Amino acid sequence: MAHNRRTFLGGAAAFTAATLAAPAVIGQAKPRVVVIGGGTGGATCARYIAKDSDGAIDVTLVEPNATYYTCYFSNLYIGGFRTFESLAHSYDKLTGEYGITLAQTTAEGVDRDAKTVTLASGEVLSYDRLVIAPGIDFRDGAVPGWDLAAAEIMPHAYKAGPQTQLLKAQIEAMPEGGLYCMVAPPNPYRCPPGPYERISMVAHVLRERNPTAKILIVDPKEKFSKQALFEEGWQKHYSGMIERIGPDFGGQNVSVRPDTMEVDIDGTVEKVDVCNVIPGQQAGRIAHVAGVTDGDWAPVDPFSMATKADENVYVLGDASAQGGMPKSGFSANSQAKVAAMHIRGALTGSRVFPAKYSNTCWSLIDTEDGIKVGASYEPTEEKIASVSSFISQTGEDAALRKVTYEESLGWYAGITADVFG
Amino acid sequence: MRHAGFTVTIALLAGLAGPAMAQLAGDADRGEGFWNQCKGCHMIGPEARNRIGPPLNGIFGRRAGAVEGFKYSKSMERMGADGLTWTFETLDAYIDNPKALVSGTRMAYRGLKDPQDRADLIAFMREFSDKPRDIPEAEPSIITTQPQLADEVLALQGDPDFGEYLASECGTCHQGDGSDQGIPSIVAWPEEDFVVAMHAYKQKLRPHPVMQMMAGRLTDEEIAALAAYYATLEPQ
Repeated sequence: MAHNRRTFLGGAAAFTAATLAAPAVIGQAKPRVVVIGGGTGGATCARYIAKDSDGAIDVTLVEPNATYYTCYFSNLYIGGFRTFESLAHSYDKLTGEYGITLAQTTAEGVDRDAKTVTLASGEVLSYDRLVIAPGIDFRDGAVPGWDLAAAEIMPHAYKAGPQTQLLKAQIEAMPEGGLYCMVAPPNPYRCPPGPYERISMVAHVLRERNPTAKILIVDPKEKFSKQALFEEGWQKHYSGMIERIGPDFGGQNVSVRPDTMEVDIDGTVEKVDVCNVIPGQQAGRIAHVAGVTDGDWAPVDPFSMATKADENVYVLGDASAQGGMPKSGFSANSQAKVAAMHIRGALTGSRVFPAKYSNTCWSLIDTEDGIKVGASYEPTEEKIASVSSFISQTGEDAALRKVTYEESLGWYAGITADVFG
Repeated sequence: MRHAGFTVTIALLAGLAGPAMAQLAGDADRGEGFWNQCKGCHMIGPEARNRIGPPLNGIFGRRAGAVEGFKYSKSMERMGADGLTWTFETLDAYIDNPKALVSGTRMAYRGLKDPQDRADLIAFMREFSDKPRDIPEAEPSIITTQPQLADEVLALQGDPDFGEYLASECGTCHQGDGSDQGIPSIVAWPEEDFVVAMHAYKQKLRPHPVMQMMAGRLTDEEIAALAAYYATLEPQ
């Protein structure tokens, strides 16, 4: 290329633009990102920011649990297809290999003007960008008669860990011919097919251990994800065991009595042996505390996952109002990468590509009978919108269902490596 | 000969390839204004029932002519039997010009001509069908178009950095270390093989609904970028 005046000026301008885009590079402290929540969304975001910035960004992950138990596949542990330990993942690679600082505590306060996060210990972290990925909390009074203290008697098991172990133990201790009742949640909730995969797994256990036991689902929703597939599977594998009461028959008008183990369904009182209450949900508390929610969830910019309330704060995963995407681990992981890309772009001038989102949910109905649903999504001015979807079909042969199940095993190994390193 | 067959395959695929562009996501609030043109005959929402036209709750993903107890034209019944399903695309065509899609329809409506107006109206109607957020398999919400390209697909030089970003979407299933448990490894493939496979999914020649969906939303440049990136990875 000839060295003429025009080329020289063009070169200088490019150099200036690069330094302006990365203001923290020369002679200043590294830019800081705080991630609240070490679940699938938060941990993915922390990892991708640390990994792809090559140490140029200081990342602190605030997470009270020393070990993360994945909610996805926890139903398979209930069904006896996996061990509890197989759900466990440590943060050691995130801290060891990616230099992420782990603050093993909870965040109690967020000051968005000062750009600080106050931890339970009183320590104050300052941030250039904040990611809030706290998952869900349950809405107070969503199921009359149930509160968080009652979860020791009527477990939700909708945050994986000791609750999951408690529910499994209760199922195994059911009297012969006993009744397992699930109070299913209203939309929107994390993992649309989750409660119904759980029903399948409970039925699987009962069929072996307690074949005269029964399962009752009390559901405020008329329809649910993969309904035709689950109903076909229940008929095929667990015929006569499962009954579902939908809103047409009072399923939306339910209250529970933990001390007497009774469920009141639109005036009819049932005595139950196990009661799995999955209440209506909202964004994790810290998102409300930070002032980025509107109603139950945090509205976000579909193109970046930055909150509409504050461009320096991102919310991803279950806590976000995420448009057409379901609340799932896969979605949280997908959204986290978009957020990480935008944060790195803002703090280090790295390339920012158009956002792409996707989700796939696998569910297990019985041994080697796996089904899936998924979709791809594009951001629009309005919201993240679904663009195309696919779903397993009723009447598929056993070979295809087996392959689908095996895919889910590959996916689990893949996503947990992607999240935790 | 492998080489000749390969070239033919690419020629077939190149003619059909094109970028997928999402466009015309509608504004449901604005769309409610256009619903005034419909509500003389149709109801939507709670208490909706058959009137001059059938109720339009749950119309997304529904087969044409499917509402119980409504007297459809023979034309509409036939379209339903042939498989016409109401999606963003088919509703867009029908509302633009009903008789162009269903020749003998009884719906007496001249059509809503502006594409954005139609998108807004359809977005309003979408609110009364299953939400993809709750039922992930529900009918998609927006329209995408695939214009044709004359490019020589294989000649595209992939950008490996762009491929690395795009690969974050693949990595939840296809593991970066090349392990092969239930989901095949895609590392260290020759770039040509990668590109051919992805285009075969994109054109739905090769079965697998997840991969057809994933490849279907990638442009030629994006596929080339992914091929360039994955070619650089070593299996472990």
